[in-house]
Amino acid sequence: MKSSARPFVYSLVILAAALLLSITVGSVFIPPAILLNLVFGHLFTAAPDPASTQTFATILFELRLPRTILVAMTGAALAGSGASYQGLFRNPLADPYLIGVASGAGLGAVIAMGIHWPYTEAGLLAIPLAAFAGALLTVFVVYELARVGNTIPTTNLILAGVAISSFATALTSYLMINSTGEVRRALVWLLGGASMSGWQPVLAVLPYIVIGLGIQMAMGHALNVLQFGEEQAQQLGLPVEWVRRLVIVTASLTTAAAVSFSGIIGFIGLIVPHLVRLVWGGDYRRLMPLAIISGASLLLLADVLARVVMAPEEIPVGIITALAGAPFFLWVLRQAKQQNYW
Amino acid sequence: MLKVENISVSYGARLALNKVSLELPAGCILGLIGPNGAGKTTLLRALCGVLPLQDGTIWIDGGDIRRLSAMERARLMAVVPQANHLPPAFTAWETVLLGRTPYINWLGQVSSRDEEAARQAMERTHTIDLAERRIGELSGGEQQRLLLARALAQGAPILLMDEPTTHLDLQYQYSLLEQIKKLAHEDQLAVLVALHDLNLVERYADRVAVLVGGELLALGKPAEVLTAPLLSRVYCIPLSVIQTRPGGPSIILPA
Repeated sequence: MKSSARPFVYSLVILAAALLLSITVGSVFIPPAILLNLVFGHLFTAAPDPASTQTFATILFELRLPRTILVAMTGAALAGSGASYQGLFRNPLADPYLIGVASGAGLGAVIAMGIHWPYTEAGLLAIPLAAFAGALLTVFVVYELARVGNTIPTTNLILAGVAISSFATALTSYLMINSTGEVRRALVWLLGGASMSGWQPVLAVLPYIVIGLGIQMAMGHALNVLQFGEEQAQQLGLPVEWVRRLVIVTASLTTAAAVSFSGIIGFIGLIVPHLVRLVWGGDYRRLMPLAIISGASLLLLADVLARVVMAPEEIPVGIITALAGAPFFLWVLRQAKQQNYW
Repeated sequence: MLKVENISVSYGARLALNKVSLELPAGCILGLIGPNGAGKTTLLRALCGVLPLQDGTIWIDGGDIRRLSAMERARLMAVVPQANHLPPAFTAWETVLLGRTPYINWLGQVSSRDEEAARQAMERTHTIDLAERRIGELSGGEQQRLLLARALAQGAPILLMDEPTTHLDLQYQYSLLEQIKKLAHEDQLAVLVALHDLNLVERYADRVAVLVGGELLALGKPAEVLTAPLLSRVYCIPLSVIQTRPGGPSIILPA
């Protein structure tokens, strides 16, 4: 096997395993035999499911499958955007929330939670929509604050992002303290425990995440060149301002879509790119797709744990990613033989 | 080849370059000297398009460079910066290959022609043995030669160098400039090199430009420009120019 294909094969195998686990495992375990039956049944015949497997069919097609796909897309979006930001800002501490997406989404969600929406389809969409709008609005404010003429200096962007994020987080905390009974719901959302089930969330975020990640994957070479600094990148012929704008816009949109239905899941966007870098090197042409695949796998595994550890209750997956992710990353770090991986 | 016509550059309210004009023909090494803060780096940055011009025009083969995109400009002008803060994880080969950026498509697919250009650039700068090593492990001199290789891989007819000998010991200082002289004459490159060491300028430059306070004080052959009176005025200390033998190289020393 060509060595350049090997990382992809390994990570895709892990993804396949994670997908399978996510579909079958939960408070109700779907045995593989029944799973195969249902899947092939739906693919090749239009006959309705036999009564014996009716419950399994509902769980699989109405709950597990859409949730699996949503979680996979969220993990992919966070890891991909995290890698983009780490490349763009040339900073190992960059994550997709650096310029305000998380704090803006949180503020939007908590504001929406303070209003009692009707229990209709539109009403259920209110919170994710508010989160999405909050995220984009915050990034826009940060962007405009950081802008100097026609350029957006990196330092300005980071500082403005930190300042606005603090402000938004403070407002969010204030709203939570002043609310009557919505605090737990808000907290769960902020920890990444949002769960709207069904296919609607999947269809809502699909275009943003697929297109956003597609564009980011194509920016691999540009991010490589940017590692030498913006001045040298410009001298080598890269249209630097254009590239930076494109990366910021697509990564923000992708992340905003990801958090609006899943809440703020930490750790994946920061650590998955580093994991991939440690194991397979920092060439962004490879790092981007590998981080996207690995992010999906890792979040799927975390989500399985979140469903199983305290079944039938679910822990917010953001807690799992941090609790389990940190020791895992430290273990990989110790195994890394390369001195210079960044 | 490269013609600079009355360019002025400002940093905010401060005028950093004031109506500077010069010409750089192919096959010529122009040494740029001047005290700290004179504007040498500013001039180089203005030439490669990183700084906007307040006034004046820069022409390459008769074409205004402002009409060129970043990629087109990079095919005509290559810059060898100082070897500071290079990302340590890149291998030497990957670094030199990035010099082909003006010719590579968006996805970063490298053709065999790009690889050949990179390989040749590394062989001519004697860096081919370093190919698989990471930048973080290389010495300052090796890094500087690598940046030269990267600029050569760009295949541009104009080479701009910003104090490339700063971190180098004597051996590397002279060998780097020997290499540049050889390459300039073999490939007919137009080279503008900013230098602090006047003896290196005296030895290797075909022409010398003296920049003081953002203005061009003198421009001409080394023998004409590198005189004791002028240099003493420029650097504000008494200097002597001592010829080692009739018709031979000179040494410039404090008097």
